[in-house]
Amino acid sequence: MARITAGISCSHVPAIGAAIDQGKTQQPYWAPLFAGFEFTRKWMAANTPDVVFLVYNDHATAFSLEIIPTFAIGCAAEFAPADEGWGARPVPVVRGAPELAAHISESVIQQDFDLTIVNKMDVDHGLTVPLSLMFGQPKAWPCLVIPFAVNVVQYPPPSGHRCYQLGKALRRAIESFDQDLNVQVWGTGGMSHQLQGPRAGLINKEFDTRFLDGMVKDPEALTRMPREQYLREAGSEGIELVMWLIMRGALEGPVREVHRVYHVPASNTAVGHLILEPSK
Amino acid sequence: MKTYTDIPGTTVFDAEQSRKGYHLNMFCMSLMKAANRERFKSDERAYLNEWPMTEDQKQAVIDRDYNRMLSLGGNVYFLAKIFATDGKSFQYAAALMTGMSQEDYASMMLNGGRAYVPSKPKEGV
Repeated sequence: MARITAGISCSHVPAIGAAIDQGKTQQPYWAPLFAGFEFTRKWMAANTPDVVFLVYNDHATAFSLEIIPTFAIGCAAEFAPADEGWGARPVPVVRGAPELAAHISESVIQQDFDLTIVNKMDVDHGLTVPLSLMFGQPKAWPCLVIPFAVNVVQYPPPSGHRCYQLGKALRRAIESFDQDLNVQVWGTGGMSHQLQGPRAGLINKEFDTRFLDGMVKDPEALTRMPREQYLREAGSEGIELVMWLIMRGALEGPVREVHRVYHVPASNTAVGHLILEPSK
Repeated sequence: MKTYTDIPGTTVFDAEQSRKGYHLNMFCMSLMKAANRERFKSDERAYLNEWPMTEDQKQAVIDRDYNRMLSLGGNVYFLAKIFATDGKSFQYAAALMTGMSQEDYASMMLNGGRAYVPSKPKEGV
């Protein structure tokens, strides 16, 4: 049977992707951030999953205002890195896991989460930056990826509670798949940041620290946080953090914190990263 | 009733803003194609006139007045296609929206970012 072996959370700031692509990771501005991920890359090399279920948001790339799905699961065999206006990132094509994705769709929809099924989609920095942070610059990504896009662009996004419950349904779906697969669930985006208006540049370390601690010890408390509190305290774009709760719901129960990174700034954003393992 | 309109310096991109900004944002989306970026750059006014946007929206684009575009329904991830076309970064655009110089903004970020100031006494759960 397939099993979830770890949960990863990680910011997906586009400037991080640009720093990697342009060979700037050792420059003084970036070196402290990437130092935090050295452990991660070693850990990931030793614990490479067969499949990553990668929760992220599209940033006006695959989805314009024509169609705005709240939860969209990528069921294709491959997903091309998108040209977001700067030209596509020079990273490998993302290979999907169509059989598992189809199984998860059926299972999760039968558990009352009404997913949008996507069979053709380009993927933007929201998905490819976390892959680069975890795996570096390989010729091909070392695992299959199921992209799972959440609307956090047009308000209201799904609540943290809804995301957490979806994570639980996702776990039941993965654990009922009849192939022996090692699956990781990644929740990306955040942490505190605001990219727009006179309040741009907001960073709230106290909020972020509480959120990181809550992810480890008391995710149920985080699920009670209303959307508005994210907007106010973590910034208009900080509300991406609800996506982390899908990952945490998929782990349910107690977890072991394997690794944590918190760094300010990457461009306009506070970067947060956790590696969590279910404690047995 | 909306309860998030009092967040300082913040426009929440909700259904109302999305409806207001539909054509502005879809114009931005068109700039994801290199050929459209070239056409836009060669004659901005002519390119904008192909879109059913309001005159205010078109002028705000020409002026690169991002705060005005936000108030007229723009969303920052869509507006990013405009400053990407100009070869500018998110940090450039963010600094512009705050009214700070890019140097001052960058140094604020290096020093931990803009501090959070509670906007309502009762918040915190």
